[in-house]
Amino acid sequence: MIVTTRQPVSTSERAVRTPAPAKRLVKGNEALALGAVAAGAECFFGYPITPQNEVPEILSYWMPKLGRVFLQAESEVASINMVYGAAAAGHRAMTSSSSPGISLMMEGLSYIAGARLPCVIANVMRGGPGLGNIAPSQGDYFQAVKGGGHGDYRCIVLAPWNVQEMYELPALAFDLAERYRMPAFVLTDAVLGSMLEPARVPLEFPPLVRREQDWTACGRGNRAHKNVVHSLYLDPEVLSAKCEELQATYRRAACEVRFDERLIDDAQVVVVAFGISARLALSAVSALRRRGEKFGLLRPITLFPFPSERLSALAKRVRGMMVFELNSGQMVEDVRLAANGACPVEFFGKMGGVLPPPEELVEVFSKRFAR
Amino acid sequence: MHSCADNLVTDTPDDEFECVAHRPNSMSDKPLHYCPGCTHGIIHRLVGEMVDEFGLLDRTVGICPVGCAVFAYEYFEFDSIEASHGRAPAVATAVKRADPRRFVFTYQGDGDLAAIGTAETVHAAARGERITVFFVNNGIYGMTGGQMAPTSLPGQKTTTSPGGRDPALTGHPIAVCEMLSTLPGVAFAARVPLTSPKNVNLARRYMRKAIRAQLENIGYGIVEFLSTCPVQWGLTPIAAMKHIDADVIKVYPPGVFVDRVPDARAAPVGAETDAGSST
Ligand SMILES: Cc1ncc(C[n+]2csc(CCOP(=O)(O)OP(=O)(O)O)c2C)c(N)n1
Ligand code: SF4
Ligand SMILES: [Mg+2]
Repeated sequence: MIVTTRQPVSTSERAVRTPAPAKRLVKGNEALALGAVAAGAECFFGYPITPQNEVPEILSYWMPKLGRVFLQAESEVASINMVYGAAAAGHRAMTSSSSPGISLMMEGLSYIAGARLPCVIANVMRGGPGLGNIAPSQGDYFQAVKGGGHGDYRCIVLAPWNVQEMYELPALAFDLAERYRMPAFVLTDAVLGSMLEPARVPLEFPPLVRREQDWTACGRGNRAHKNVVHSLYLDPEVLSAKCEELQATYRRAACEVRFDERLIDDAQVVVVAFGISARLALSAVSALRRRGEKFGLLRPITLFPFPSERLSALAKRVRGMMVFELNSGQMVEDVRLAANGACPVEFFGKMGGVLPPPEELVEVFSKRFAR
Repeated sequence: MHSCADNLVTDTPDDEFECVAHRPNSMSDKPLHYCPGCTHGIIHRLVGEMVDEFGLLDRTVGICPVGCAVFAYEYFEFDSIEASHGRAPAVATAVKRADPRRFVFTYQGDGDLAAIGTAETVHAAARGERITVFFVNNGIYGMTGGQMAPTSLPGQKTTTSPGGRDPALTGHPIAVCEMLSTLPGVAFAARVPLTSPKNVNLARRYMRKAIRAQLENIGYGIVEFLSTCPVQWGLTPIAAMKHIDADVIKVYPPGVFVDRVPDARAAPVGAETDAGSST
């Protein structure tokens, strides 16, 4: 059951849901690209990097065909600054990349957050640190959820777990980015990007609905005053007030929490996992249930805002929580903060692109919470 | 030629004095913060004049740099975007492509354009982006306190080359216009020292072409201004001007390097003279 603390209100989120075409086999990256088109992305800027290359490739076909902007930039630094420019001028702008490329974008992202610009960044995560490899990883959780660039800022972070959500979440990302005027990530990985799955993903798209905002630097037109997009405030008192405004925005965004629960009602141990890890974890949870062990799954769909409240409530009534990630333990910190000592929180992780088989997870989960 | 009273920013004087010069309508009345003798102020005014002259106030988006001109947006009346250090060409690319009806220019120093932002500069030019670049080359990092730039002259003393720039250690100055002139995407590239009224008029002529390169959909346009930084050069304003005429132009020869913009047939309103609309 997917729980959303707030109902979707915007047109684009509904647009990607209706009308539902027949299911067909779709690759994750294709779904992500077409999800951006359906979400009304007006501009896409990107630089090639595996394992997300289908995204720019597909958009290089669709965007010009629909009269929108596609541009292969000279680097991720340029890509994110192009996103910054398009967003500053009031256009729905997006980039996609994979871990090393996202690292290069961090200065630009901080400027985007500082200037309060909405935009969407897709990170099809691969192994790190350094050049790492092109295998799946969730090693960029901290970077996406906690900041990554300089200064006090946050991004909306959405984590799909199947191809259908790869298609649907870009629209939600744009909607939330615009609602709160902050950048939004679709945080996914090499498996989800590369896997083929049946999904409802159309190949026809409604015309763009442009919404004018009053703050954009798009050319004055008939406006009586100029608009300036910037993040420079030399006066400490002024910058301090601006930072407080940002933090207040992030607190307001807390009502956008979305998560997915399976077999939770009578669960004694809650497995917490996101994205592809949650797929593996669900297999393990089902197998444990067949053995009579009462495990359940909570899958955060929004990593920021994080479903802390729900986890706190669960922590008070379960025997423990088991966090599984494809990293050395990043989201687990947020789970521990939410549980706040009310129950033990165990962690199991794999790095370097290694995916543990569900049987291994079954053994680990079971052993950690053996009576 | 129309009277300047037609587009006065301030109240029209009700006595019989004739107004012979005024601030461009595209500029705000905020006092400039630049040091005495700094050419940033002249270039700001020229930009304002050009936006007025071409009637672009309602569709201009200016992209400001990180450098001494970081607050350029305070001095203009059109919409502006503050870019991160060196990335103005990328920002401008997106703003222009998203709606080609806009007039988009970048205003960049030499550290911004020729050091940290070299890649964005070269690639925007290579793509022939329909943007106009106003390049303020003072051969130094003004804002951060006078450190050496890739554009600093051989032998130039700066706070990070206290013994004078040694090309054997830190290379030779980058000649941006010459370098960009190899790229077919560039429609106009010219360099001008801002050292005399005559040269300021020449700068106006170049700026018109660099703007028309964009408006007439021909390609990328750049004007490089050989500019002063008296404070960080340790020279008086007058000595700084003389230094440009005596030394800087030897390393950076003024002139037109690319011109694929046809000569004006019908000049825009008010553009009949080199001196712009206010004279
Ligand atoms: C990423 C980054 N690195 C360094 C700086 C510090 N910085 C601010 S302005 C500047 C140099 C500006 O020199 P220039 O572009 O020549 O402009 P000028 O001040 O001379 O007009 C530097 C290095 C910065 N703001 N951002
Ligand atoms: S430091 Fe140099 S470039 Fe900056 S305002 Fe002063 S004179 Fe001009
Ligand atoms: Mg400089």
